[in-house]
Amino acid sequence: MTIQQDLQQQVQSAAASRSPLVICGGNSKSFYGRATSGDTLSLDGHQGIIDYTPSELVVSVRAGTSLSELEAVLEKEGQMLPFEPPHFGNAATLGGCIASGISGPRRPYTGAVRDFVLGVNCINGKGEYLRLGGQVMKNVAGYDLSRTLTGSLGTLAVLLDAHLKVLPLPQLETTLVQHCSAATAVELFNRWAGQPLPLSGACYMDGAMYVRLSGMTEGVQAAVNTLGGELLDDATQFWKQLREQQLPFFSGETPLWRLSVPAATPPLTLDGATLLDWGGAQRWLKTDLAADVVRHCVTAAGGHATLFRGGDRDSAVFQPLQPAMLALHQRLKHRLDPAGIFNPGRMYPEL
Amino acid sequence: MSVKAIITQLLAQLPEHCVLSHAEDLRPYECDALSAYRTLPLAVVIPETEQQIRIALQICSENKVPVVARGSGTGLSGGALPHAQGILLSLARFNRIIEIDPQNRTARVQPGVTNLAISAAAAAYGLYYAPDPSSQLACSIGGNVAENAGGVHCLKYGLTTHNIQALEVLTIDGEQLTIGSQALDAPGYDLLALLTGSEGLLAITIEITVKLLPCPEVAQVVMASFDSVNAAGTAVTATIASGIIPAGLELLDRPAIEAVDKFINTGYPKDAAAILLCELDGTQADVSAQIERVERVFTEAGATSQQVSRDEQERQRFWAGRKAAFPAMGRLSPDYYCMDGTIPRKHLAQVLNRINTLSAEYQLPICNVFHAGDGNLHPLILYDANIPGELERTEELGGKILELCVEVGGTITGEHGVGMEKINQMCVQFNNAELQQFHDIKHAFDPDKLLNPGKAIPTLHRCAEFGAMHVHHGELPHPELERF
Repeated sequence: MTIQQDLQQQVQSAAASRSPLVICGGNSKSFYGRATSGDTLSLDGHQGIIDYTPSELVVSVRAGTSLSELEAVLEKEGQMLPFEPPHFGNAATLGGCIASGISGPRRPYTGAVRDFVLGVNCINGKGEYLRLGGQVMKNVAGYDLSRTLTGSLGTLAVLLDAHLKVLPLPQLETTLVQHCSAATAVELFNRWAGQPLPLSGACYMDGAMYVRLSGMTEGVQAAVNTLGGELLDDATQFWKQLREQQLPFFSGETPLWRLSVPAATPPLTLDGATLLDWGGAQRWLKTDLAADVVRHCVTAAGGHATLFRGGDRDSAVFQPLQPAMLALHQRLKHRLDPAGIFNPGRMYPEL
Repeated sequence: MSVKAIITQLLAQLPEHCVLSHAEDLRPYECDALSAYRTLPLAVVIPETEQQIRIALQICSENKVPVVARGSGTGLSGGALPHAQGILLSLARFNRIIEIDPQNRTARVQPGVTNLAISAAAAAYGLYYAPDPSSQLACSIGGNVAENAGGVHCLKYGLTTHNIQALEVLTIDGEQLTIGSQALDAPGYDLLALLTGSEGLLAITIEITVKLLPCPEVAQVVMASFDSVNAAGTAVTATIASGIIPAGLELLDRPAIEAVDKFINTGYPKDAAAILLCELDGTQADVSAQIERVERVFTEAGATSQQVSRDEQERQRFWAGRKAAFPAMGRLSPDYYCMDGTIPRKHLAQVLNRINTLSAEYQLPICNVFHAGDGNLHPLILYDANIPGELERTEELGGKILELCVEVGGTITGEHGVGMEKINQMCVQFNNAELQQFHDIKHAFDPDKLLNPGKAIPTLHRCAEFGAMHVHHGELPHPELERF
């Protein structure tokens, strides 16, 4: 029996007995989402790159493949995963990366995980093997379910393989640092994002803004001259530490909130320590404030808040949905996972 | 409920001028840009307010009457083809740009706004909306969302799905949902992706928040000729492999070049077997560096001549031929049929050769003008609908080409949508479990199957019938029987 058939069979018997399954890659992101329990459905054995022709800018990968290994293979060919995914541990797999849908600092300028998912092969809650999307850049045949599975935290289907668009590594990457207020940083981030500049990262903390530029050497040099600021030494390490939440800001036990807001929103008046990323569109907040206080403020700004790390993992970790929206989510979940066996409650208690 | 009763009910609750029901008034709505397929709807409803859309949907929902939404009717796959027992819901009067937010680089627009009007309005802020389907002057943004429209520049800037942030939609029950958000993501499932390209089968879009990008400082085009399509294909691959993502990378083969040249004076090299148009955009420094690299790559791939646009006027002239390709076909042949398959680029030469073989076999000329950079082919089959049987032969040839795309790992539609046109080929690309899953997804939104029924996803029954006549991988179901 192939690994795929074995997984299908495990899903079928779990569905028959309505026993929940916890889908598991490298277990590096088990801190994320709500607590869930059930028998482990491991994708550990389902590894390897299925197809990779660098000139196609497409790579097909099995879900259990190590994210670091995949990135190393791409780098050797001068390419990268454009969404700069956080690993949160050496064991991180591509499947977990797609299921969690978490993108790194490059996201506002290059795109999110879902933007580069061209297709997936998966197993639905009936144990059926489905091929959704495809391996080509442009494909509008059938509903775009592969992007909907991205970020669904394994609550809709078991991801087996993914076809991803990749991009060339930039010829040059440089980071500029300037000291300013948070309000000025937000203003500059968004003014610059409205100009043809090769931005690829913009964050602010402790009184300093960090702006990364990526592209052809000539264009990056020209932008460095335009924007000004000091060059940051060891910038690669800096962005990696930001992405992996290894900067000192992220240490400690205080609950960590992820605030997703319109990028130009002025600094929010919430008690706690804040780090701005994504040019202002993603803000990390360390606070002991109650969830409704945080959400009230963020919702008023047109955004939503996620209890990213720490705090009560049985609570509403993700922003609660409006009743009609929740009902639609439930219907969708039911249509993909009728027995409700995939990661129940990981995203919302009702899913 | 009878046709008359439905119309009476619509007229009772909507202004008279918003409901068309006489055959002569319905005629302009009988087809979209795929004019080979025509049907008159029961009635056309042209609401002016969101409340009127809700009312129309509620009447249809209560009486189980199908609803087909329509923007500008420029779609190429019959997605806005009316349903004979349904109403056609025209969103043409929702043509307002509600707000442009230059700080957040977004625009909130109504679905009937044309694609190009968004960029025109954003230009004052140095911003534009990137997806640029060839019909951008006329096509509506609502239609772009329904089809997940692409265009020449999606190699670098993505499709509609990559360039929108939020939708306000009405379900068939008239319930309003906000999909996506004004931030870069939204809680819950990514329904924005699911709705984009859903061809009006899941919900009716009444407002769209699009992302705006900074206008590039400069754009320049390298035009190169090659003495074979294979060499041009190699040049495309080599360009991408060299680490450059052009803003656009288009290929015209010799029949296309000749057709265009008869139509307008392009200055395209007449002796070329294929030409490539490679657009690079960004800052002047970046573009100059990239042009140098592209020219080197093209030379190594065997380009017989190359020109770089020196100014905006020359860039427009280089593009003029590409943009005139479809009208040029219209002059060359009474009718043409535009295909839309996408393939992994590495199979380009093989697929083009097989398309040539098919063209000879069916005795129908084919021109190729397409988005080479992302492998999105647009073979144009030239035919004459007045010759009995020629449309049917054309459709069969088109079907063969799409099946070929699937065979090499591609798809039957890159950007035009399945609509009515490619519904049979969906049976080739997807198996029953996959198609059933799509139907199940629709059920979550529209359990009575009232929104654009019969399009995009074929019934399993239809596939069984199609499959019975279908030659799979060259094996006839009954090889002993003669077929004509």
